[in-house]
Amino acid sequence: MAKLLMKGAEAIGEAAIAADCRLFFGYPITPQNEIPEYMSLRLPQVGGTFVQAESEVAASNMLYGAGGSGARVFTSSSSPGISLMMEALSYLAGAEVPVVIVNIMRAGPGLGGILPAQADYFQATKGGGHGDYRCIVLAPWSVQDAADLIMDAFDLADFYRNPVLMIGDALIAQMMEPVEIREGRKPCKPLAPKDWATTGNKGRKPNIINSLILDPEDLERHNRRLKAKFDSMERDEVRWASYNTDGDYDILIAAYGTPARVCLTAVNELKEKGVNVGLFRPITLWPFPYAPLREKAKKAKAVLTVELSTGQMVEDVRTAVCEDLPVHFYGRQGGILVTPDEVVEQVTALLGGARPKGARKGGKA
Amino acid sequence: MQNEMILAGFGGQGVLLIGKMLAYAGMKEGKEVSWLPSYGPEMRGGTCNCTVVVSDKPVGSPVVKSPNIMIALNRPSLDKFEPSVRPEGILLINSSLIDRKAERKDVDVLYVRANEVAIECGSPKAANMVALGALVGKTGMVGVESVKAAIAKTFEGKEKIIQLNYKALERGVAIGKGEAQ
Repeated sequence: MAKLLMKGAEAIGEAAIAADCRLFFGYPITPQNEIPEYMSLRLPQVGGTFVQAESEVAASNMLYGAGGSGARVFTSSSSPGISLMMEALSYLAGAEVPVVIVNIMRAGPGLGGILPAQADYFQATKGGGHGDYRCIVLAPWSVQDAADLIMDAFDLADFYRNPVLMIGDALIAQMMEPVEIREGRKPCKPLAPKDWATTGNKGRKPNIINSLILDPEDLERHNRRLKAKFDSMERDEVRWASYNTDGDYDILIAAYGTPARVCLTAVNELKEKGVNVGLFRPITLWPFPYAPLREKAKKAKAVLTVELSTGQMVEDVRTAVCEDLPVHFYGRQGGILVTPDEVVEQVTALLGGARPKGARKGGKA
Repeated sequence: MQNEMILAGFGGQGVLLIGKMLAYAGMKEGKEVSWLPSYGPEMRGGTCNCTVVVSDKPVGSPVVKSPNIMIALNRPSLDKFEPSVRPEGILLINSSLIDRKAERKDVDVLYVRANEVAIECGSPKAANMVALGALVGKTGMVGVESVKAAIAKTFEGKEKIIQLNYKALERGVAIGKGEAQ
């Protein structure tokens, strides 16, 4: 298929359809509105159904119903809307309902602003909803990446019978880039028939999808079974990429999403000046690529984490490298994007030994 | 070669559209491209802009702080973005609507009577095409035929509008090449 020039939001929608998703339930919020807009146009054309729910709470529980019946379904929202879906996310994980949820992050907290941010990292990777659950969290850095990852998200959700999140800063949805939708691709996981789905019990005993387990022994067994599932995700689903890490480097930058691209521009600019800096980009934020990051950090004297937050992923970066070397942080907030010049300045100051302006040293934030 | 452009004007002047056309033309020629709109709380009649990168190598940051090319279709856009243009960059000013000259002495300034030329072509709405043509004529960053393909795709089935836009584009190209005013 030829490359199309598409907004990230549209590419996410088209790729979801190519991954055989025929249902979308959602509620409008900037800066992700182009996703439901696109789905409202496209789903009826391919025999699917688009519903604008009365709220995010309703949309996320529609996901529970549709996913429970075995259908591929997804929703998208932005930060405050995602917060409203957190109760359902916990229920979805507890009842093992495979769904895909896209969070196009805006600046918070509260209603915040509509410009790009990455301050929902904790919410996505460390819970968000209540109870002992985990979700695979995918973080694209381009329109192509967003299209590819959402297709994988449906396979991962079905394989593990668990919700999968994809989180992107607002630029991922708003930007247009060439993209190829991989029609007819092979699933990224072997998929079994959904014999657990509630499809009508004629000729078999009823399937029940529920997260209420009042017997403590039963619930503990359930918790442990879920834990074993999450452990297998940690073992098998870690994704990451690194750039300019073949040679020697004193600084390793860690960043995800659009800021990782900004950092790559900075890395290339520094390279032209004869300064080698490595870049590490987690693609799964959960499971976090702790071991690969630690390995890549071995050559470096310090790690610089760059985020559109006041410092969230940096905690996982610190966990990854332990006490091996200092972890510095540079971030912008409020919807302001980090620029390549700022990253170059941070790296240059770190190499000069001085603490760069606006940066925080490793250790306690 | 990497061209990093900011195109700005009033909402409705079609700066987002010509940005998309540039990106589309670049993609057609196998270049790496990105297009990013300003999407803040915009309003009709307010200023709006988009950032377009057309490059031989993968696009890093889709956000550009100092563009090497800037098109200002109205005065507020010129006031806002003129200081950010890289030295020796190109500043294209729509002199039909902008009543001042460029303040920068270290950039290549191209004045284009975009609205007047568009009216001569048949519609003032095509002023954006005149500006786009002038940029393409001056820089040759994408081929005129690739831009025409973008126009044909955008206005598919509207032959009259396509021809009008072609005309405006070509007038712009001539201005960009210094063959006309």
